[in-house]
Amino acid sequence: MTAGLWQNWVLPGIWITIQLLVYSAALATAVAFTVGIARTHSSRVVRFLAGFYTEIFRGMSALILMFWLFFVVPPLLGWQLVPMWAAVLALGLSYGAYGAEIVRGALNSVAPAQREAGVALSFTPWQRMRLILLPQAVPEMIPPFCNLLVELLKGTALVSLLGVGDVSFAAYLVRLATQESAQIYTISLVIYFVLAFVVTRSMKALERKTKRNIGIEVPGGGLGALFAARTAVTTTSGGGEK
Amino acid sequence: MTWDWSAVADFMPRFWDGVFITLQILVLGSLISFTLGLVWAIGFRAPTRFVRWPVNVVTEFIRTTPLLVQLFFLYFVLPEWGVQFSALTTGTIAIGLHYSTYTAQVYRAGIEAVPAGQWEAAKALSLPAHRTWFAVILPQAIRRITPALGNYVIAMLKDTPLLAAIGVLEMLQQSRLESASTFQYTEPLTVIGIAFILIAYPASLLVRTLERRLVR
Repeated sequence: MTAGLWQNWVLPGIWITIQLLVYSAALATAVAFTVGIARTHSSRVVRFLAGFYTEIFRGMSALILMFWLFFVVPPLLGWQLVPMWAAVLALGLSYGAYGAEIVRGALNSVAPAQREAGVALSFTPWQRMRLILLPQAVPEMIPPFCNLLVELLKGTALVSLLGVGDVSFAAYLVRLATQESAQIYTISLVIYFVLAFVVTRSMKALERKTKRNIGIEVPGGGLGALFAARTAVTTTSGGGEK
Repeated sequence: MTWDWSAVADFMPRFWDGVFITLQILVLGSLISFTLGLVWAIGFRAPTRFVRWPVNVVTEFIRTTPLLVQLFFLYFVLPEWGVQFSALTTGTIAIGLHYSTYTAQVYRAGIEAVPAGQWEAAKALSLPAHRTWFAVILPQAIRRITPALGNYVIAMLKDTPLLAAIGVLEMLQQSRLESASTFQYTEPLTVIGIAFILIAYPASLLVRTLERRLVR
């Protein structure tokens, strides 16, 4: 592969992939917390709507949602989404639905006495959520969120099918130019692997930090735990969302 | 913009073809991922780290890289190496291989949940390794991981549209062909979107029921 291809396609591709990851992760987090908290709301209507949202978006294939937003929404509403934003919307909405389940699970795992203590102190529901429940639930959410973030990173490859110039799209173009499939696809797989590695390491650090904030020390870390860390995480997240 | 029922009716023959191919990918892909996952899981517990370490690295690599890129890798690189498969076969292998790294983790968890006494008992009876695995450990492990495996079958279903990218005639590709000939995008895409929800939601209810029955 020549330097020109590398500079004109692969490097910008990496940058676009990172941007996609950041934007859709931000949207997914917002959706996850909104819908997840709504699922613990006292009103039955709110719970039902949030549950309905999760079931629809978890049942839908992210790629089909992306195509649908790109091809069906424009004639329906009369405006066209830029491919990049159709992609961010599809990824954020569907991975947000998975995230909502994580948020709900973590909120439910906070000891009931904590909630009751908040009631006894006559905190408002919002104060209970903000000051008691979330600080204890968030560290619990981080390992499954880490897995979800890696899934999201892998999901960003789908945007290449809409013609967004991410790593996968760059690989496709370079393959057309050089006809060396093995080389470029190995390189792009390694790029994704490295990105995923950075994601898991930063999430691990974030977990230690948030746990320390509520007084729990997390042992381990260091080079030896690199692979052990993520596999342990995967098994504890159970058979739920992949 | 209006919804055109005749476009839906026109799409139906293609739709059913797509459903058939999707289910075919799902069944064969599941079989590959269940067997290969078991191989990985036994590899995780190999007595020598010269097996354990490569198995860990390879599964970790496959699991953290996108299925779509793996799909292109197999589709374009295998022919260069002189291995010629149809798009459908390549796609099914890719999806089976990708999900085998997930099922491997499920098997691992199931195997770790078998009490250590069972291993010791097998050793005390001096059972050979394959009898220890297939007569003692796996029958106990597999029962409680069935629901988790079911979840990955559903996840696999939702990833089958990716195979459209290499031209496999599953549901998404059928809708793209339909749109290409009629210029109607709304109806075919919406039909397959709804079809996915209609398949995935009851399937996840089923898995939840299994979970309540089998895992206690």
